[in-house]
Amino acid sequence: MTQVFLGMPAGGQGNLFETEPFPKAAHRELGNTQMRKNLRHATHTIRDKRLNVVGELPDWEELRDAGSAIKNLTMANLEERLEEFEKNFTARGGVVHWARDAAEANKIVTELVKATGSNEVVKVKSMATQEIGLNEHLETEGIEAFETDLAELIVQLGNDKPSHILVPAIHKNRTEVRDIFLKEMPVVDPNLTDEPAKLAEAARKHLRKKFLAAKVAISGANFALADTGTLGVVESEGNGRMCLTLPETLITVMGIEKVLPHWEDIEVFMQLLPRSSTGERMNPYTSLWTGVSEDDGPQNVHIVLLDNGRTRALADRFGRTALNCIRCSACMNVCPVYERTGGHAYGSTYPGPIGAILSPLLTGIEVEENGSLPYASSLCGACYDACPVKINIPEILVHLRGDDVDANRDKHKIPTQMDLLMKGGSWALGKGKNIGLLEKALPLGRLVSGKDKKIKKLPGIAAGWTASRDIPAPPSKSFRDWWSDEKESK
Amino acid sequence: MSAKDEILGRIRSALADAPVAPEVPREYRKTSDMGEAELIELLVDRLVDYKAGVDVIDAAQIPEFVAAKLAGASSVVYPHGLDTSWLSALGESVEQRVDAPGARLGIAELDETSAVVTSSAVSVAESGTIILDGEPNQGRRAISLVPDQHVCIVPVSSIVRLLPEAMPRLTITRPQTWISGPSATSDIELERVEGVHGPRTLDVLMVRGL
Repeated sequence: MTQVFLGMPAGGQGNLFETEPFPKAAHRELGNTQMRKNLRHATHTIRDKRLNVVGELPDWEELRDAGSAIKNLTMANLEERLEEFEKNFTARGGVVHWARDAAEANKIVTELVKATGSNEVVKVKSMATQEIGLNEHLETEGIEAFETDLAELIVQLGNDKPSHILVPAIHKNRTEVRDIFLKEMPVVDPNLTDEPAKLAEAARKHLRKKFLAAKVAISGANFALADTGTLGVVESEGNGRMCLTLPETLITVMGIEKVLPHWEDIEVFMQLLPRSSTGERMNPYTSLWTGVSEDDGPQNVHIVLLDNGRTRALADRFGRTALNCIRCSACMNVCPVYERTGGHAYGSTYPGPIGAILSPLLTGIEVEENGSLPYASSLCGACYDACPVKINIPEILVHLRGDDVDANRDKHKIPTQMDLLMKGGSWALGKGKNIGLLEKALPLGRLVSGKDKKIKKLPGIAAGWTASRDIPAPPSKSFRDWWSDEKESK
Repeated sequence: MSAKDEILGRIRSALADAPVAPEVPREYRKTSDMGEAELIELLVDRLVDYKAGVDVIDAAQIPEFVAAKLAGASSVVYPHGLDTSWLSALGESVEQRVDAPGARLGIAELDETSAVVTSSAVSVAESGTIILDGEPNQGRRAISLVPDQHVCIVPVSSIVRLLPEAMPRLTITRPQTWISGPSATSDIELERVEGVHGPRTLDVLMVRGL
């Protein structure tokens, strides 16, 4: 992946970029009607479930307020919280590593795995390791990584890319999943049906031996508790418990923003997260571990604390609340744009509304095609309403659009059409006299409209507007002129 | 410069504008006054929704119900701190294996064990969550994970309504497992299906007077 460094400090690396302009990617993805059908079905199912379980709690808004404030508090004192976490995790027998970027994190994990003598690892679904491209890196080092989450397994077996942060295979329906299993699983019942229960059972059989024999596991973490040194993983299938409990070595890769100040804070997040993500009152399994527990679980426990652009996002005072994200995916499930384009159109590991702000904040608006991401939204605000930690995504999208315009302004010697339009707009709207003058010319528009009194094609970049709609011909007289005539006649 | 020093330095300069650390408003429900009968009803409702088996019984009925739940099992593992009288009605066809400090069952052995019986630390009725925190009557995490059936004793006195009410009863630094139903997945078309890698059968015995 090519990267352009323009002197911005410490941008993230890895799978964090929009690699082609969003409209172009979206156009291609929209052509996949099967995927659109699958996505529509899945996002509508989850919307209803989420609304039901959220509606059950009379204090949902109070929980959101608390969640949002706890996250803001964390970010304001991030250095102290991380030091406190390190002290407590270390005191309980864990080892803390720090990684400035994706390459450093990949190197640390590789060395830890090699030190165990093992050449394979089992993995719990983790956005952080997806972001840094850990599996691909391990492969180049001769270490095989087995994804154990059902959706990740579907993606891995199908040589596909994740398209959703919670359900990476959301773009596949049950029949497509069955076909992948039949083709790619070494041992599988040839009469496997596409019943989800049967598919889950096939995954159980496929992974069982791996779990029982694994020496090394790699996980992410949903949170780290600073005042106790505790880590937590929230999951459904039990693959997480298998990885976190049975192997001898456990390596967790976690973004530095995931730390929470007090252990009691999970009483807030464990109410917000499951209801927002899978629309359940609680997810089937949550595991918490504090360093090493004698006689219970892995005895060789590590955590890699990852920056990879997070401090870059933190430095943006208008965008830093994007780091409050708890990766529930509610914003993508309610987004009208995501529902139609799917996750692949966003390029980055983080798709949907949160991805449209997080990817540019972590890596830079000017890098690759990131500048097209903040426009991948109608600014309808559904994401803000759904966000359990109240990230004002529409506001940050607008802020980043401004950054994009600023970043491009200096690139052109000759002003662009948009620059001219904006200059003209500012002149016209600056004074009542100016707009009055302009409106005098408005009836001229009747000359370019056809017999049906519609303008069908505008010139230049305005053609984008008329590409899918007509403009009615302007009236023969502007309101302003009509009004002054009315007044004079009285 | 070490990676740690550099990252902490970046954090300091990122926060050069010194954002205000807000007071955390905690106006959400922290206590409730639900009576025992309602708590039981709520927890049963949630667990049934998760497709767990649930029976509400008296302490004296434990051996009889444990035996009934394990009727199809050929072997059962239990943590060394479990009240063994709970297993007293098991038939001879069910081999009993204890997991104790210094005499731990291996992973392969656990895999060949049909079921596990444990107690539990605290349960949250509103979300249908049973919390195990590694006390001697609950045992190591592996024993309640590998066997395919989990029979879990929930003393009625350990049921609270809200998650915040459960927090003071937990020792957070012990390895914890929060269980809300048998293992499940929503990964295919976002529809919940029970039974993946964790125990596919969860039988909860809610015990009055315990």
